[in-house]
Amino acid sequence: MSDITVTNIETVPGKTIVKHIGMVNGNTVRAKHAGRDLMAGVKNVFGGELKGYTELLTESRKEATARMIEQAQSIGANAVINVRFSTSSVTAGASELFVYGTAVVVE
Amino acid sequence: MYDLIIFVVLLSLGYLFGSWNEKKHFKSIREREAQYRTLPAISLKRVPEKFSGADSTLVDGNVVVAIDYFKNVSAGLRNFFGGRVSAYETLVDRARREATLRMKQQADAWGADTICNVRIETSSISKGAKGQVGAVEVYAYGTALRLPESTQPPTDAFQQI
Repeated sequence: MSDITVTNIETVPGKTIVKHIGMVNGNTVRAKHAGRDLMAGVKNVFGGELKGYTELLTESRKEATARMIEQAQSIGANAVINVRFSTSSVTAGASELFVYGTAVVVE
Repeated sequence: MYDLIIFVVLLSLGYLFGSWNEKKHFKSIREREAQYRTLPAISLKRVPEKFSGADSTLVDGNVVVAIDYFKNVSAGLRNFFGGRVSAYETLVDRARREATLRMKQQADAWGADTICNVRIETSSISKGAKGQVGAVEVYAYGTALRLPESTQPPTDAFQQI
Protein backbone atom coordinates (compact mmCIF):
# COMPACT_ATOMS: atom_id res chain seq x y z
CA MET A 1 0.00 0.00 0.00
CA SER A 2 2.90 2.31 0.76
CA ASP A 3 4.42 2.05 -2.72
CA ILE A 4 1.41 3.75 -4.28
CA THR A 5 1.40 7.54 -4.52
CA VAL A 6 -1.92 9.25 -3.97
CA THR A 7 -2.40 12.94 -4.85
CA ASN A 8 -5.35 15.19 -5.55
CA ILE A 9 -3.54 17.18 -8.23
CA GLU A 10 -3.38 16.24 -11.90
CA THR A 11 0.23 15.07 -11.83
CA VAL A 12 2.76 13.41 -9.57
CA PRO A 13 5.49 16.02 -8.98
CA GLY A 14 8.91 14.96 -10.23
CA LYS A 15 7.53 12.04 -12.25
CA THR A 16 6.03 11.60 -15.69
CA ILE A 17 2.81 9.76 -16.38
CA VAL A 18 3.46 7.02 -18.90
CA LYS A 19 0.02 5.39 -18.94
CA HIS A 20 -3.51 6.28 -17.88
CA ILE A 21 -5.32 3.13 -16.83
CA GLY A 22 -8.73 4.44 -15.80
CA MET A 23 -10.92 5.44 -12.93
CA VAL A 24 -10.75 3.63 -9.62
CA ASN A 25 -13.05 4.14 -6.68
CA GLY A 26 -13.87 2.95 -3.21
CA ASN A 27 -16.86 3.43 -0.99
CA THR A 28 -18.27 2.48 2.37
CA VAL A 29 -21.59 3.07 4.11
CA ARG A 30 -21.42 3.37 7.87
CA ALA A 31 -24.01 3.73 10.56
CA LYS A 32 -23.28 4.90 14.06
CA HIS A 33 -24.33 2.72 16.97
CA ALA A 34 -26.96 3.74 19.48
CA GLY A 35 -24.48 4.65 22.23
CA ARG A 36 -22.82 7.21 20.02
CA ASP A 37 -26.20 8.60 19.03
CA LEU A 38 -27.11 9.02 22.68
CA MET A 39 -23.87 10.89 23.39
CA ALA A 40 -24.54 13.10 20.38
CA GLY A 41 -27.91 14.00 21.88
CA VAL A 42 -26.22 15.09 25.10
CA LYS A 43 -23.63 17.06 23.17
CA ASN A 44 -26.40 18.85 21.33
CA VAL A 45 -27.21 20.64 24.60
CA PHE A 46 -23.66 21.66 25.46
CA GLY A 47 -22.16 21.99 22.00
CA GLY A 48 -18.61 21.03 21.08
CA GLU A 49 -16.85 18.34 19.11
CA LEU A 50 -18.47 14.94 18.63
CA LYS A 51 -15.33 12.81 18.92
CA GLY A 52 -17.18 9.57 18.24
CA TYR A 53 -18.47 10.82 14.90
CA THR A 54 -15.12 12.32 13.95
CA GLU A 55 -13.39 8.98 14.54
CA LEU A 56 -16.11 7.05 12.74
CA LEU A 57 -15.81 9.22 9.64
CA THR A 58 -12.00 9.10 9.70
CA GLU A 59 -12.08 5.29 9.85
CA SER A 60 -14.65 5.09 7.09
CA ARG A 61 -12.65 7.34 4.76
CA LYS A 62 -9.53 5.30 5.44
CA GLU A 63 -11.38 2.17 4.50
CA ALA A 64 -12.79 3.70 1.32
CA THR A 65 -9.30 4.92 0.35
CA ALA A 66 -7.82 1.49 1.08
CA ARG A 67 -10.38 -0.10 -1.22
CA MET A 68 -9.55 2.37 -3.96
CA ILE A 69 -5.82 1.69 -3.60
CA GLU A 70 -6.41 -2.06 -3.64
CA GLN A 71 -8.35 -1.70 -6.88
CA ALA A 72 -5.59 0.46 -8.38
CA GLN A 73 -2.94 -2.12 -7.47
CA SER A 74 -4.96 -4.97 -8.94
CA ILE A 75 -4.98 -3.27 -12.35
CA GLY A 76 -1.25 -2.56 -12.23
CA ALA A 77 -1.11 1.15 -11.34
CA ASN A 78 1.56 2.70 -9.14
CA ALA A 79 -0.15 6.04 -8.47
CA VAL A 80 -3.65 7.45 -8.14
CA ILE A 81 -4.06 11.09 -9.15
CA ASN A 82 -6.80 13.70 -9.03
CA VAL A 83 -8.49 12.06 -6.05
CA ARG A 84 -11.87 13.44 -4.94
CA PHE A 85 -13.91 12.69 -1.83
CA SER A 86 -17.65 12.92 -1.53
CA THR A 87 -20.04 12.37 1.34
CA SER A 88 -23.74 11.70 1.13
CA SER A 89 -26.27 10.64 3.70
CA VAL A 90 -28.20 7.62 2.52
CA THR A 91 -30.77 7.49 5.31
CA ALA A 92 -30.99 9.15 8.71
CA GLY A 93 -28.23 7.57 10.77
CA ALA A 94 -26.02 6.32 7.97
CA SER A 95 -23.68 8.08 5.59
CA GLU A 96 -21.80 7.01 2.52
CA LEU A 97 -18.18 7.97 1.98
CA PHE A 98 -17.04 7.77 -1.61
CA VAL A 99 -13.58 8.35 -3.00
CA TYR A 100 -12.49 8.21 -6.61
CA GLY A 101 -9.44 8.99 -8.69
CA THR A 102 -7.51 8.13 -11.85
CA ALA A 103 -5.13 5.20 -11.75
CA VAL A 104 -1.89 5.83 -13.64
CA VAL A 105 1.57 4.42 -14.15
CA VAL A 106 4.36 6.91 -13.44
CA GLU A 107 8.10 6.78 -13.89
CA MET B 1 -45.04 23.93 33.42
CA TYR B 2 -42.38 21.21 33.64
CA ASP B 3 -41.71 21.63 29.96
CA LEU B 4 -40.96 25.29 30.46
CA ILE B 5 -38.57 24.60 33.35
CA ILE B 6 -36.72 21.98 31.29
CA PHE B 7 -36.56 24.38 28.37
CA VAL B 8 -35.08 27.19 30.51
CA VAL B 9 -32.56 24.84 32.14
CA LEU B 10 -31.43 23.46 28.77
CA LEU B 11 -31.23 26.97 27.37
CA SER B 12 -29.03 28.29 30.17
CA LEU B 13 -26.86 25.16 30.20
CA GLY B 14 -26.42 25.48 26.47
CA TYR B 15 -25.56 29.16 26.73
CA LEU B 16 -23.05 28.75 29.58
CA PHE B 17 -21.22 25.65 28.41
CA GLY B 18 -21.63 26.45 24.72
CA SER B 19 -20.01 29.87 24.87
CA TRP B 20 -17.32 28.69 27.29
CA ASN B 21 -16.52 25.79 24.99
CA GLU B 22 -16.43 28.03 21.94
CA LYS B 23 -14.12 30.59 23.54
CA LYS B 24 -11.73 27.86 24.61
CA HIS B 25 -11.78 26.30 21.16
CA PHE B 26 -11.15 29.61 19.36
CA LYS B 27 -8.22 30.32 21.66
CA SER B 28 -6.64 26.96 20.90
CA ILE B 29 -7.30 27.44 17.16
CA ARG B 30 -5.53 30.81 17.15
CA GLU B 31 -2.53 29.38 19.00
CA ARG B 32 -2.15 26.45 16.63
CA GLU B 33 -2.69 28.64 13.56
CA ALA B 34 0.26 30.75 14.68
CA GLN B 35 2.32 27.58 15.16
CA TYR B 36 1.67 26.31 11.62
CA ARG B 37 2.05 29.66 9.86
CA THR B 38 5.32 28.43 8.31
CA LEU B 39 3.46 25.60 6.56
CA PRO B 40 1.28 27.31 3.96
CA ALA B 41 -1.81 25.59 2.57
CA ILE B 42 -2.73 26.83 -0.90
CA SER B 43 -5.76 26.08 -3.02
CA LEU B 44 -3.98 26.30 -6.38
CA LYS B 45 -4.09 23.23 -8.57
CA ARG B 46 -0.74 23.89 -10.21
CA VAL B 47 2.35 22.84 -8.28
CA PRO B 48 4.68 25.82 -7.66
CA GLU B 49 7.89 25.58 -9.71
CA LYS B 50 10.03 25.28 -6.60
CA PHE B 51 8.29 22.02 -5.73
CA SER B 52 8.44 20.41 -9.19
CA GLY B 53 10.70 17.60 -7.95
CA ALA B 54 9.17 17.15 -4.51
CA ASP B 55 7.70 14.05 -2.86
CA SER B 56 3.94 14.09 -2.59
CA THR B 57 1.20 12.45 -0.57
CA LEU B 58 -2.44 12.99 0.26
CA VAL B 59 -3.17 14.54 3.67
CA ASP B 60 -6.53 15.16 5.29
CA GLY B 61 -8.27 16.31 8.43
CA ASN B 62 -11.85 16.21 9.61
CA VAL B 63 -13.98 17.30 12.53
CA VAL B 64 -17.61 17.04 13.59
CA VAL B 65 -18.87 19.92 15.72
CA ALA B 66 -22.27 19.92 17.40
CA ILE B 67 -24.41 22.96 17.97
CA ASP B 68 -25.53 23.77 21.53
CA TYR B 69 -29.13 24.17 22.64
CA PHE B 70 -29.04 27.94 22.99
CA LYS B 71 -27.70 28.44 19.48
CA ASN B 72 -30.25 26.03 18.12
CA VAL B 73 -33.05 28.11 19.60
CA SER B 74 -31.55 31.46 18.59
CA ALA B 75 -31.01 30.19 15.06
CA GLY B 76 -34.63 29.10 15.01
CA LEU B 77 -35.72 32.62 15.96
CA ARG B 78 -33.41 34.07 13.34
CA ASN B 79 -35.06 31.87 10.79
CA PHE B 80 -38.31 33.66 11.54
CA PHE B 81 -36.98 37.23 11.30
CA GLY B 82 -34.32 36.67 8.65
CA GLY B 83 -30.81 38.09 8.51
CA ARG B 84 -27.39 36.85 9.51
CA VAL B 85 -27.39 33.68 11.57
CA SER B 86 -24.22 34.36 13.56
CA ALA B 87 -24.82 31.27 15.71
CA TYR B 88 -24.18 29.05 12.70
CA GLU B 89 -21.46 31.27 11.25
CA THR B 90 -19.14 30.74 14.20
CA LEU B 91 -19.96 27.02 14.31
CA VAL B 92 -18.96 26.42 10.71
CA ASP B 93 -15.95 28.75 10.98
CA ARG B 94 -14.70 26.79 13.98
CA ALA B 95 -15.12 23.48 12.19
CA ARG B 96 -13.35 24.63 9.01
CA ARG B 97 -10.37 26.04 10.84
CA GLU B 98 -10.06 22.96 13.03
CA ALA B 99 -10.20 20.60 10.04
CA THR B 100 -7.55 22.64 8.20
CA LEU B 101 -5.35 22.58 11.30
CA ARG B 102 -5.65 18.80 11.61
CA MET B 103 -4.67 18.46 7.97
CA LYS B 104 -1.64 20.70 8.59
CA GLN B 105 -0.72 18.68 11.66
CA GLN B 106 -0.70 15.48 9.61
CA ALA B 107 1.35 17.14 6.87
CA ASP B 108 3.81 18.50 9.42
CA ALA B 109 4.31 15.03 10.93
CA TRP B 110 5.17 13.76 7.45
CA GLY B 111 7.67 16.62 7.02
CA ALA B 112 5.83 18.66 4.39
CA ASP B 113 6.92 22.10 3.19
CA THR B 114 3.58 23.09 1.70
CA ILE B 115 0.12 21.70 0.94
CA CYS B 116 -1.34 22.44 -2.46
CA ASN B 117 -4.77 22.01 -4.05
CA VAL B 118 -6.56 22.14 -0.71
CA ARG B 119 -10.25 21.30 -0.95
CA ILE B 120 -12.74 21.77 1.87
CA GLU B 121 -16.00 19.88 2.00
CA THR B 122 -18.87 20.51 4.41
CA SER B 123 -21.75 18.19 5.19
CA SER B 124 -24.44 18.37 7.81
CA ILE B 125 -25.11 15.43 10.05
CA SER B 126 -28.72 15.58 11.07
CA LYS B 127 -30.22 13.13 13.48
CA GLY B 128 -33.38 13.09 11.44
CA ALA B 129 -35.58 13.83 14.45
CA LYS B 130 -37.72 16.94 13.93
CA GLY B 131 -35.48 17.90 11.04
CA GLN B 132 -33.06 19.78 13.28
CA VAL B 133 -29.43 20.31 12.33
CA GLY B 134 -27.46 18.50 15.01
CA ALA B 135 -23.91 18.84 13.82
CA VAL B 136 -21.73 19.83 10.91
CA GLU B 137 -18.81 17.87 9.49
CA VAL B 138 -15.94 19.55 7.70
CA TYR B 139 -13.38 17.57 5.74
CA ALA B 140 -10.24 19.21 4.39
CA TYR B 141 -7.77 17.48 2.08
CA GLY B 142 -4.84 18.35 -0.13
CA THR B 143 -1.55 17.19 -1.55
CA ALA B 144 1.40 17.66 0.79
CA LEU B 145 4.71 18.41 -0.90
CA ARG B 146 8.11 17.73 0.63
CA LEU B 147 11.35 18.99 -0.86
CA PRO B 148 14.31 16.63 -0.93
CA GLU B 149 16.79 17.38 1.89
CA SER B 150 19.37 19.08 -0.34
CA THR B 151 16.99 21.73 -1.66
CA GLN B 152 15.40 22.85 1.62
CA PRO B 153 14.36 26.50 1.37
CA PRO B 154 16.70 28.96 3.13
CA THR B 155 13.99 29.88 5.64
CA ASP B 156 14.83 26.71 7.55
CA ALA B 157 18.47 27.65 8.09
CA PHE B 158 17.32 31.11 9.05
CA GLN B 159 15.11 29.74 11.81
CA GLN B 160 17.99 27.82 13.37
CA ILE B 161 20.03 30.96 14.06
